[in-house]
Amino acid sequence: MFIKRREFIKLSGITMAGSVFIPPLLQSCGRVPLSNDASGYLEHFEVTTAQLKKVILTAMSKGGDYADLFFEHTKSNTASLQDNKVNSALSNIKYGVGIRVLKGDQTGFAYAENTSLEAMIQAAKTAANIADSNASATDFPVREFHPPSFYSIVSPWEDVSIKDKMPFITSLNDKIFAGDNRVTKVNISLNDTTTYILFYNSEGLLTWDYRPLTFMSARTIMEENGRIENASVSKSYRKGFEFLTDDLVNALAKESIEQTSLLFKAGRPKGGEMEIVMGPGRSGILLHEAMGHSFEADFNRKNTSIFSDKMGKKIAEDFVTVVDDGTLPNDRGALNIDDEGNLTEKTILVNNGVLSSYIHDRISAKYYNVKPTGNGRRQDFRNMPIPRMRSTYMENGPHEKEEIIASVKKGIYVDNFSNGQVNIGPGDFTFFVKFGYLIENGKLTDAIKDINIIGNGPQALADITMVGNDLQFSDSTWNCGKNGQSVPVTLGMPTVKVKKLTVGGLSA
Amino acid sequence: MNTNEKYKIADLVIKHSLKCGADQIALAINDNSTRRIDIREQKIDRLQESIGNSLSVDLYVNKKFSSHSTNLLKEKEILKFIEDAVEATKYLAEDEFRYLPEKELYYQGKGEDLLTFDPSIPTIDSKKKIDLARAVENEIYGTDERIISITTSYYDSVNKILLADSNGFMGESDSSIVALAAEVSVKGETGRPSDYWDEYSIFFDKLIKTDIGKTALQRTLRKLNPRKITSGKYKLIVENSAAGTLMSPFISALMGTNLYQKNSFLDGMIDKKVASNILSFNDDPLILSGFGSRCFDMEGLNAVKRTIVEDGILRNYFINTYYGRKLKLQPTSGSTSNLIYKTGSRSLDELVKNVDKGILITRFNGGNCNGATGDFSYGIEGFFILNGELVHPVNEMNITGNMRDFWNTLAETGNDPYPYSSIQIPTMLFENADISGI
Repeated sequence: MFIKRREFIKLSGITMAGSVFIPPLLQSCGRVPLSNDASGYLEHFEVTTAQLKKVILTAMSKGGDYADLFFEHTKSNTASLQDNKVNSALSNIKYGVGIRVLKGDQTGFAYAENTSLEAMIQAAKTAANIADSNASATDFPVREFHPPSFYSIVSPWEDVSIKDKMPFITSLNDKIFAGDNRVTKVNISLNDTTTYILFYNSEGLLTWDYRPLTFMSARTIMEENGRIENASVSKSYRKGFEFLTDDLVNALAKESIEQTSLLFKAGRPKGGEMEIVMGPGRSGILLHEAMGHSFEADFNRKNTSIFSDKMGKKIAEDFVTVVDDGTLPNDRGALNIDDEGNLTEKTILVNNGVLSSYIHDRISAKYYNVKPTGNGRRQDFRNMPIPRMRSTYMENGPHEKEEIIASVKKGIYVDNFSNGQVNIGPGDFTFFVKFGYLIENGKLTDAIKDINIIGNGPQALADITMVGNDLQFSDSTWNCGKNGQSVPVTLGMPTVKVKKLTVGGLSA
Repeated sequence: MNTNEKYKIADLVIKHSLKCGADQIALAINDNSTRRIDIREQKIDRLQESIGNSLSVDLYVNKKFSSHSTNLLKEKEILKFIEDAVEATKYLAEDEFRYLPEKELYYQGKGEDLLTFDPSIPTIDSKKKIDLARAVENEIYGTDERIISITTSYYDSVNKILLADSNGFMGESDSSIVALAAEVSVKGETGRPSDYWDEYSIFFDKLIKTDIGKTALQRTLRKLNPRKITSGKYKLIVENSAAGTLMSPFISALMGTNLYQKNSFLDGMIDKKVASNILSFNDDPLILSGFGSRCFDMEGLNAVKRTIVEDGILRNYFINTYYGRKLKLQPTSGSTSNLIYKTGSRSLDELVKNVDKGILITRFNGGNCNGATGDFSYGIEGFFILNGELVHPVNEMNITGNMRDFWNTLAETGNDPYPYSSIQIPTMLFENADISGI
């Protein structure tokens, strides 16, 4: 299926060696001196500002309103452990430029996998075809924008050999095996990705970004009396080699053992509608699926979202404030600039129960006549930007966690999930619970696992009747999918009670 | 990239890898081109074209293994890429099971044409494609006041791959796909249901080009005003377009990697009953014009038709050479080709007519399956069936069960293998599924 119609989120459960960044050199365009940063990125992609202008003019040659060039060079390395040995490694290099032309809300897009002027001009001509007149574009002067730094790093991954990473991987393996004698297999992956971005548009904006991203994951298999259970854990940040520490290894080992062990005690609940208490942290998946995607402005601009006629209206209790934030330091969802060259920000989506902002890209911000929120994101240069979440979370509320659990007579408590999905039009969302507990008469009782929970977004938002004061962020490896594009995100939430959702389970 | 350029790169990569210290090397060079046009509100909403090339290399160095890919394909870049990759591989731990396939396993044929490629696709005029997508929109544009959004699309893709390795294997395969699609949203009392309809073909001339918009609209309108029903055990009909979701964990459990990693609920089940005797299917790579047809797999292994499940008895796993060695099993192939199911005699409508009380599932919404245990739970959309009639749409409900039990409740298959996928699964009727609603 080439059209990916369902928006989803999932945790990565998986599993070397790049080239060198050319040091910033002073480059000038005509009489305009460029900063060292700008010159460095231009040299990295082997282009000049004169060439960029030429490509933009070609892209705009058929009457487009706007055009942009998104250069990307990504180097990704994964080292994997299986059978107690780091015995495989993967690497991937991606390089190219995406060229986009807008005519109103219409988009023309093409890309080139090398940055020769000839290849870029060819792609620009293709993208230009979205418009159909002969118009000459205005040649704006180059305007540099130096982005902020939300993910400064100590040791770039490009300076690190696989041999320096291996001790952390084997140490994690050893600690998991040492932690529980039921462990029979462990699979570990360590990934590091380094991305160089250079952005230029028809308004003369020239900006750039350097994006580190890393995760470490472990899948632990335990056997007890012939029964097999497994659990995957991971942590991910925009950090350099300093990500790898003994503390990280210890935390992953502890979490691996705890989560896998718990599954032996768990069963399937009886299904049906019931009260749900969502624990702090990973329960942010509720926000991501039940509301976040439906707040993305492309769906609202097209009237397909169930929230398209609810801007400025009360959609939740006063103590519900939902945020999408691109500025959290070293967060997996953080961005110095979005993929349309805009600043990111802390965007309040629901302010004390009132829908206050959609999630915008350039097209939708223009449509709604608002400032872009810095949510225009793309998987890579091969894809066009669309409105996407970054780190989505709920602010603290007035309730204590204990008080929330104690208020439930019959329901479930959940805080560990693997994936979720939403069907935008009806607003029906789901998330898959890896582990949780029954709540009976205000107390956590039997452990439960492997059930799907389904609900309706607007209804679930309105049904949030209690919000805890214990906001936590999940630093697991969350990937969000939309229109066939995957981007890294994070999420967070305090403990929350939802009055009613439908829990999958057995009928007798 | 033309064929000669690909062969030249393959030769360069193999020679340079061996020179740098690799004992063996396998590579894939892929070139792909796609075109996509979306129409919305009688205008082109999106026009996208792409041409991409990539090189993937598996390296075997002193019994150590690594895998690398890049789209930087200038000679200088490739040489550096190989040098870095070979060097990094040397730091890894040894894995005695990593080496290229035994020579007798390779495809030895002469490149039979399985009719998986339409060379005319890249030459089709853009206007013709735009007109096709417009025609799909025009089928329904302005026909119903409840419509709030229609997006129609034309899409085509051409993919050419060259496989080569240092054992001397070399194989080329070409494939194409062309599609027309419509997605419709309508405004209802309680929501804005949407649905879609796609037509796919390998060949442009064989693509069905009409009634796509109408079908999408009809599928959407019938979803208006859904209701939940009471939790309980129900007969279940799963439409052919949705049934692949239920089959996916079953297939995953047959993969060598999951068997080895203790992540398969079908471990140790060869020649044992894994489903009701209604379930029979083969993996057949050699049918003409199948979406998964091939003469060889990505390792170059000779493609062979295999029985996977026969009257509910499991006959074969999907095993590549690496996991074959580790599991001491004969390699088959590490991936599926075309899954061809034994079909029944009745249509979807006839199956519905024979259900007193049950649910027709037309789409799944999220959910997952625990690969080790087979425990699954999925969100569902569809219709409540009463006395052989679709009474009303249902939503916000889940199906929950265990794959080992569930497939034993398969009572009947339809006569309608899904034609738009390599998984040609028919509509299926199950007894006693656990449905959670009110």
